Amino acid sequence: MSSVAKQQTSQSSCQEEHTPRFDVERIRRDFPILHHPVRGKRLVYLDNAATSQKPQVVIDAIRTYYERDNANIHRGVHFLSERATEEYERARSTIQHFVNAADSKEVIFTRGTTESINLVAQTYGRKHVGAGDEVLVTAMEHHSNIVPWQLLCEEKNAKLRVAPIDDRGELLVGEFEKLLGPSTKLVALPHVSNALGTVNPVAELIEMAHGWNAPVLVDGAQAAPHIQIDVQALDCDFYAFSGHKVYGPTGIGILYGKAAVLDAMPPYQGGGDMISSVTFEKTTYNKLPYKFEAGTPNVCGAIGLGAALDYVNRLGVAKIAAYEEEVLTYAMGAVSALPDVTVIGTAPHKAGVVSFVMDGIHPHDIGTILDQEGIAVRTGHHCAQPVMQRFNVPATVRASFAVYNTREEVDALAAGIRKVREVFA
Amino acid sequence: MSDLRDLYQELILEHSKAPRNFRALPDASLHAEGYNPLCGDHFTVYLQMDGDSIRDVAFQGSGCAISKASASMMTQTVKGKTKPEAEELFHRFHEMVTNQPGAGGGNSANSASKEDKLGKLAVFAGVRDYPVRVKCATLAWHTLHAALEGAQQPVSTE
Repeated sequence: MSSVAKQQTSQSSCQEEHTPRFDVERIRRDFPILHHPVRGKRLVYLDNAATSQKPQVVIDAIRTYYERDNANIHRGVHFLSERATEEYERARSTIQHFVNAADSKEVIFTRGTTESINLVAQTYGRKHVGAGDEVLVTAMEHHSNIVPWQLLCEEKNAKLRVAPIDDRGELLVGEFEKLLGPSTKLVALPHVSNALGTVNPVAELIEMAHGWNAPVLVDGAQAAPHIQIDVQALDCDFYAFSGHKVYGPTGIGILYGKAAVLDAMPPYQGGGDMISSVTFEKTTYNKLPYKFEAGTPNVCGAIGLGAALDYVNRLGVAKIAAYEEEVLTYAMGAVSALPDVTVIGTAPHKAGVVSFVMDGIHPHDIGTILDQEGIAVRTGHHCAQPVMQRFNVPATVRASFAVYNTREEVDALAAGIRKVREVFA
Repeated sequence: MSDLRDLYQELILEHSKAPRNFRALPDASLHAEGYNPLCGDHFTVYLQMDGDSIRDVAFQGSGCAISKASASMMTQTVKGKTKPEAEELFHRFHEMVTNQPGAGGGNSANSASKEDKLGKLAVFAGVRDYPVRVKCATLAWHTLHAALEGAQQPVSTE
């Protein structure tokens, strides 16, 4: 068990519940979409790593914002602008506490994980990575934690290095360590792999990188819904995640960065809100976090994300993690027990994902047949083509789980996979 | 509600398991690569032309049951056809798999007669109920078209 999992202790317990059991049926009632049949069948939504469904409190927060509070922020003296600004900044503070950042100014709103990573590549990266330098990533990255670094390395004539993974989908930590060196100017790695579900020992990896003075960006897109995040305990320099994978709306995400690092970075985009003063001769940039938030931000998205994290906090991240681990273990057992099925990604420490292939049946066909049963899964390369190449498969079927999934839904998935076999018999 | 068997007809399943003309043509006069970046399907279509006629045609690659069966049955159908005939078949096939049932665009008798002209390729008519699978069914045809046009770059369904 990694040090990250051990950190799952500080979360306050769910105040409104007295029963020790995790009441998943009660949670399911919070998500309206789960009660709308698809193709005449009860929806079994197992595509949570792509995006999660939204609880009523998030939908209400978005609705209330537009019905009652809508205004531009940070610039109006009128009542609504003040209230919108207050709500927006309250969301930032919720996120600060969610990731345990030391200061709310270390939380920058972005469009999502992808934009957060591009921001770091284009600002910190362009300033600090030069010819002959190296950026280190892992073999289990999502494309959004590969391509921004490739673009940077191409521009700067730097080298992208890749730490390999083993047949279970675990990072080869020794190999990772060997790839670090004086030329390593930045390390980017996923907290949890989107295609395999592997949870990386990020604290240990960050310590190794810091031994070479290389800052580390953690792609937390797949971790935020499942794992207690503590950026101070991890000592990461940057941490990125998307709102929509953790029950919030799309189009909003965050970049956490250490204040000292962010302060020394050039701005990302120019525009309104990111300035202190502008003349045609010189512009003085605004302080953190606004320096990195040019233009009118996604105010409603931020408020929706705040509501989503309030919801997660009420349930309790540790409780969610414990329940999800139970369902995932059950799912790994149920899926791998099926004939002709091979699970891709069998690391001992995983979160949220069961990726698999079937002998002689393409994932796309499996996805279509499962869809007819009301079961939503993702099929394809999951924006992680190097992972597919590593396991020598063109694609996989990925069932990914959230707090509202049940063992019964895992049984439905297993029955659906048996039906696939029947169709192709 | 559409039935799975409308999509996965026996003939389609049979061709996907035992695709015909599934080989490279070493003396191909034309060939092209096609891929679907969304699902990773990837095929190469080889043509041995005799003037304007397709003397031999074969394919290689990997893909789902729909794309593989479609490629297999396409090679059977276009062998011996002229280039304009093959292009006309592609046009009809594309029309069939993209034609929304009951969504205007001609009466059913008309579309039935068009499907008659496609012969056994009409088994792919069920694909039109699965919009995300249309690209699977047409990938080999797009690739054939690219080969006939002498395309130098791989074609993509995106």
